[in-house]
Amino acid sequence: MIELLQYLGKTTRVGFTKLGRGTYFLLQTISGIASVLLRPRLLINQMYSIGVLSFLIIIISGLFVGMVLGLQGYYILSDFGAEETLGVMVAASLVRELGPVVSALLFAGRAGSALTAEIGLMKATEQLSGMEMMAVDPIKRIITPRFLAGLLSMPLLAALFSTVGILGGDMVGIGLLGVDEGAYWSQMQAKLDFQDDIINGVIKSIVFGFVTTWIALFEGYDAIPTSEGVSRATTRTVVNSAFSILGLDFILTALMFGDN
Amino acid sequence: MDNSVNSPNSLVSVRNLSFSRGNKKIFNNISLDFERGKITAIMGPSGTGKTTLLKLIGGQLIPEQGSITVDGQNVHKLRRAELYTLRKRMGMLFQSGALLTDMSVFDNVAFPLREHTSLTESMIRTLVLMKLQAVGLRGARNLMPNELSGGMARRIALARAIALDPMMILYDEPFTGQDPISLGALVHLIKSLNNTLGLTSIIVSHDVRETSAIADYIYLISEGRCVDHGTPSQIQKSASEWVQQFMTGAADGPVHFHYPAKDYADDLLSSGKRY
Ligand SMILES: Nc1ncnc2c1ncn2[C@@H]1O[C@H](COP(=O)(O)OP(=O)(O)OP(=O)(O)O)[C@@H](O)[C@H]1O
Ligand SMILES: [Mg+2]
Repeated sequence: MIELLQYLGKTTRVGFTKLGRGTYFLLQTISGIASVLLRPRLLINQMYSIGVLSFLIIIISGLFVGMVLGLQGYYILSDFGAEETLGVMVAASLVRELGPVVSALLFAGRAGSALTAEIGLMKATEQLSGMEMMAVDPIKRIITPRFLAGLLSMPLLAALFSTVGILGGDMVGIGLLGVDEGAYWSQMQAKLDFQDDIINGVIKSIVFGFVTTWIALFEGYDAIPTSEGVSRATTRTVVNSAFSILGLDFILTALMFGDN
Repeated sequence: MDNSVNSPNSLVSVRNLSFSRGNKKIFNNISLDFERGKITAIMGPSGTGKTTLLKLIGGQLIPEQGSITVDGQNVHKLRRAELYTLRKRMGMLFQSGALLTDMSVFDNVAFPLREHTSLTESMIRTLVLMKLQAVGLRGARNLMPNELSGGMARRIALARAIALDPMMILYDEPFTGQDPISLGALVHLIKSLNNTLGLTSIIVSHDVRETSAIADYIYLISEGRCVDHGTPSQIQKSASEWVQQFMTGAADGPVHFHYPAKDYADDLLSSGKRY
């Protein structure tokens, strides 16, 4: 019993100190934004390796998720003779939920883990210390550009995911199952609301991008500087990002769509 | 202890420094002086805290007690911006090289110049090639760090450390991993950098021969204390058994090769326990 309490106490304390360090790290990262904006080259390079290199996985996954939505939606809707609303169903699911959430999960797996490993290894091989000794702040030079790049890439990737998904639904619904093309698109246009659906979806993806990138960078920066430490940190990035994304999605959905 | 080496001409002075890692006391009230324009070596067994001392001087670690002044400034009282200004005038050669792995040798050496100066690319090119020439690796400029041997990486790191023409250089084990020819060249380079540029050098090493050949002054540290100090010839003649053992490399003597442990026979016989 005492041991359980001790264990709980210790875990809580460790958790809170880590949260404190993480917050301090985030503040330092944010304070570097001005200096990064003066050197857009750093940001562009990171946008490329974080954003552009995630294109393939996002496009392929988006396509398949959209196609599956088309199939499943069609089976259910056709029972009620409501096949024409397939476009609404596919687009709303994607824009509101699946686009931001699934692309953020993929982002955590593809870019987040890579960020953690990269930063963790830089720490383990003393590259970060070396930079400090050269009077270059590793947070400003290494962390902030990656943070901004993650923040900016996530909404774009989510939008890409949703767009490709809608096309996938279109391919299956119209091409394969014979839903009326005019109805598919016009229903979608009529029922999707810019404010409620699109903006809220974008807000979600910005929040997810923020949290995922923060977790990935901090886990790398805070990793125990050994191979094992880095590998554990990478795992934690993926797991903690997934939990945060799903938990935050529930909260955000309740706040955004609660009163409809 | 002898804490009164206080020389008015010292660039770096360490006063009554104490530092621990966990429960292990790495430095216990140690005082050292590093004179301007001289090569001062710190020697001691592996794990005594030589790298730790360099990190303390560079302001990356904070002492528990005591102070470190570099060029009249107390390193651990400086504000961040001031510390960074000071660090621009200190070059540090890491034990591992610590090259940035995502850029070529050329870009690594150019890194401090690009970060801290507004020189044109053609001036940077000239400077980088000069520094690479000095370490004999001008031809390796297009290689990536993963294509270098350990010894080459360290020489590139040295080129990078001198890129900004610092007032002093901290060398962490510069001689390890060098073949006899580059070793000779490196010893010569360190000496000539020191003499021609008027640099102050601090060398951490346990290569007795190379270090004694170029150092003006040597501190021997062990178990948190300064065991002996003096010019190389004074140290060679030291009456202390400890110093003699260290300088000649005998396996037996007051210094133990083993990390503290319980009795060997007991340890082997206490089977069944997994530690
Ligand atoms: N990050 C750390 N955490 C805990 N202890 C450490 C850490 N780094 C070093 N130590 C301990 O501090 C002591 C001194 O380490 P340091 O790296 O300064 O030794 P050194 O004199 O440079 O040795 P070497 O000649 O092998 O490079 C060692 O006993 C080591 O166990
Ligand atoms: Mg060392």
